Amino acid sequence: MGSGTWILALLVLQSVFDGIYGLEQEVNRRTERISGSAGDVLEDDPVGRLKVFVYELPSKYNKKILHKDPRCLNHMFAAEIYMHRFLLSSPVRTLNPEEADWFYAPVYTTCDLTPSGLPLPFKSPRMMRSAIELISTNWPYWNRTEGADHFFVVPHDFGACFHYQEETAIERGILHLLKRATLVQTFGQRNHVCLKDGSITIPPYAPPQKMQTHLIPPDTPRSIFVYFRGLFYDVGNDPEGGYYARGARASVWENFKNNPLFDISTDHPTTYYEDMQRAVFCLCPLGWAPWSPRLVEAVVFGCIPVVIADDIVLPFADAIPWEEIGVFVAEEDVPKLDTILTSIPIEVILRKQRLLANPSMKQAMLFPQPAQPGDAFHQILNGLARKLPHDEGVFLKPGQKILNWTAGPVGDLKPW
Amino acid sequence: MLTTHKSSSFQFLARATTAFLSSILPSAPPVPLRLALRQNPIPLIAIHDWRSDGGVDRREAERGGRAMKQTAPQQPNRQAYTAFRSSPGVLFWSAVHVLCCLLSAAAGFRFSRLLFLLLFSPSPPSSSSLHHRHLLRQPPPAVLPSPSPPPPHIHLPPPPPAAASNRVVVGRHGIRVRPWPHPNAADVARAHEILARVQQEQRRRYGVKDPRPVLVVTPTYARTFQALHLTGLLHSLMLVPHPLTWLVVEAGGVSNETAALLARSRLPVVHLPFHEQMPIRWHDRHRLEARMRLHALRVIREKQLDGIIVFADESNVHRLELFDEVQKVEWMGALSVGILTHSQREGEKGQSPLPIQGPACNASGHLIGWHTFNNLPYAKKAAAFVGDGATVLPMKLEWAGFVMNSRLLWREAEEKPGWVRDLDEVGINGEEIESPLDLLKDASSVEPLGNCGKKVLLWWLRAEARFDSRFPARWVIDPPLEIIVPAKRTPWPEAPPDLPFQVIADDEDHVEVHPSKKTRSSRSKRISRKKKKRETHVDAQVSDLFNRQEK
Repeated sequence: MGSGTWILALLVLQSVFDGIYGLEQEVNRRTERISGSAGDVLEDDPVGRLKVFVYELPSKYNKKILHKDPRCLNHMFAAEIYMHRFLLSSPVRTLNPEEADWFYAPVYTTCDLTPSGLPLPFKSPRMMRSAIELISTNWPYWNRTEGADHFFVVPHDFGACFHYQEETAIERGILHLLKRATLVQTFGQRNHVCLKDGSITIPPYAPPQKMQTHLIPPDTPRSIFVYFRGLFYDVGNDPEGGYYARGARASVWENFKNNPLFDISTDHPTTYYEDMQRAVFCLCPLGWAPWSPRLVEAVVFGCIPVVIADDIVLPFADAIPWEEIGVFVAEEDVPKLDTILTSIPIEVILRKQRLLANPSMKQAMLFPQPAQPGDAFHQILNGLARKLPHDEGVFLKPGQKILNWTAGPVGDLKPW
Repeated sequence: MLTTHKSSSFQFLARATTAFLSSILPSAPPVPLRLALRQNPIPLIAIHDWRSDGGVDRREAERGGRAMKQTAPQQPNRQAYTAFRSSPGVLFWSAVHVLCCLLSAAAGFRFSRLLFLLLFSPSPPSSSSLHHRHLLRQPPPAVLPSPSPPPPHIHLPPPPPAAASNRVVVGRHGIRVRPWPHPNAADVARAHEILARVQQEQRRRYGVKDPRPVLVVTPTYARTFQALHLTGLLHSLMLVPHPLTWLVVEAGGVSNETAALLARSRLPVVHLPFHEQMPIRWHDRHRLEARMRLHALRVIREKQLDGIIVFADESNVHRLELFDEVQKVEWMGALSVGILTHSQREGEKGQSPLPIQGPACNASGHLIGWHTFNNLPYAKKAAAFVGDGATVLPMKLEWAGFVMNSRLLWREAEEKPGWVRDLDEVGINGEEIESPLDLLKDASSVEPLGNCGKKVLLWWLRAEARFDSRFPARWVIDPPLEIIVPAKRTPWPEAPPDLPFQVIADDEDHVEVHPSKKTRSSRSKRISRKKKKRETHVDAQVSDLFNRQEK
């Protein structure tokens, strides 16, 4: 009798645990944990792991520029402004620069907009240089490391090369004074002059509230196979064709304009966000620069991003395993895109959708105001924390000088 | 192939630049320069800093090249150069020089970029040989075919670069288009499988959990348009993802026509005979349909079938979301039904909104009443009998707009609410059952579905052929007709023959019949006139074709 009750109790306990385990399995089957090369770091909390000191620059570097043109808050380069605001009220901020691990100078270099809203980078190098001169004269912290424990947010097309045309940007190279600093930028391409080692790649800014208001019920069946809206030929800047997107977008159009599986056009529909939620694959081809806000939109709306940009470095590449989440197609394989996409095994596609459904993945791509745990601000801080502790090369010996303050194009040396 | 091509172009340009340099700089020794150039073009940068001078020097190099092309010395050597300088044709060559200057200014920046790329680009991998070939061919070929058929087995492409030495080249690239840029049938089929599987997964994750079976009740009878309507409903029901039982009640008993149609679906069908003929007048027909549905409900009660009863009429149009929405019903639910009575004619203005029958809710989502169909605008135009071409009107509340839990009908069911009447007491003693609300004692507990009636999930439509129209059995003409004559006129005469119902109508004192008779004949005259016009038009077209063919 006693052994019988023991066995019964064991069976009951086992069924209870199986039930819990089964529930957990069920929950796990809905979404999957995301862990990149740095480990399972998307949900790390940076508070307590680093201290950031924010320089108090005169408002001509930040507030006045924003005041002159408030459109800067909504375009895809707005990360620099929101990062500043986040850091001002974040618990990682310290007012004591002696205990700071990282130093941040808020310079809004991308806020000089044309009437149509595109940023002009012509004054940016001088502005940055002027800010650095200010920092180095008023505080001792720049000179003791020549900027190696400073970080700057440079979200423009080619980062700190400060130009929108790739050839000119390559010629200019990264601003010499930023040679030792950590750059937080949206541009990322392997073996490229404008991406230096140790940079943190971030997603471009996409307005979170706007995307929230366009959500549709998740049981709406995904009936579009491939979706894309945007330019294929940039007739204004590249009338002959072949320069824009290295011909990849034009190739997509020429090969698949007759294909009913590909819903691609240059329209600007009002249902753009809703349509993305009804699509299985969303194309994210390069444009004039390899990155685009389409990646953020695709991730938020659960559409598998098809990245067509050779050698691109995607945001937070060490925290997010992009190969498991998106599909990468070489630019020379674009004519075979339909075969490539249809021959992906269905289990792989379903797994990618499960990874995309993970809320921490979507959160990591966004810049919500006010900041929420796991969002892009926190991922940037996590990235900076992973670079700590600074190695010995960071602090200069007395009398050691590495930066050449007169290097670079002559036009950059003029005062701003 | 690439390397010889490159080296030949390098040789040509090397010769060009040496010629130019020797003409400008008398002290420059051409021979060692030439040797150096052949091995490694890089020293050219040290001698001749193109970057600071911009595009000018590149154009001059090309000018020199053009000059060399004219002279075309196959084996240039020192003597040839000195001879060239001291020849009396110097004036001629400087004229050529000037001409080439102008030409290159016209050709502009592009050609010098071409030279730059050929001379100064680092060892390009084989993938950019495509670019080089394209550039040398001097565009505009916007389209460059790449003749590679898709490989039979494609691995998932690894993230680039697979070959780490690849450098992405800045500049002009070809636009790759495959030889036949049209969809491949195998790919399309696979894509549809993927879509179906993705949607199935979506339904599993976000859709209805534990769906209850659906019992669909449809009254029908064998007639011309039965195949049309029943096939449409059959296809809709075949797409429903939940377990389904279809109860088809047929007036006039089980017929082969209906049985053949139902056998084509792979649904579980209960084919119930109802031993009365379907009447001709719409009013009577609605009544008989109600009795047929009641018969089906009785069968459900007898067999104790479990599920949600949906009244799907053949000619109605159903959305698949209807069958997901009805899973939410607890006992009895009401849906909004869009009524399609007539199509708008082109001259008509004042587009009235689609009439909708269904539950009416207040702001907090509770049922407070019913939207019914307003008969008044159609009072004079209503159809009286099947197939008379006038507008068919629905009843006040259509059966299609209601769904119920089959347990409401069972004799003994736990938690059966008290506001439903026992089915045995319904319909006896000639009681008229117009809508399922008559099955209830209290209509206020009906649940409004579809976002409280705001979502229209089905549309009511009635379209029938003339009741005396003939059609071949099972819509198959077997054996095929021996003699086929093209019809110049419709086979039916202009004025319909004296039909039996007209006699009945004359007997009964209905006002509607007389005006409808007039309108019908006038309408038929109009129709036949239209047909005549169309026929002449068609004849004219045919004769045009003939004329064209003859020419």
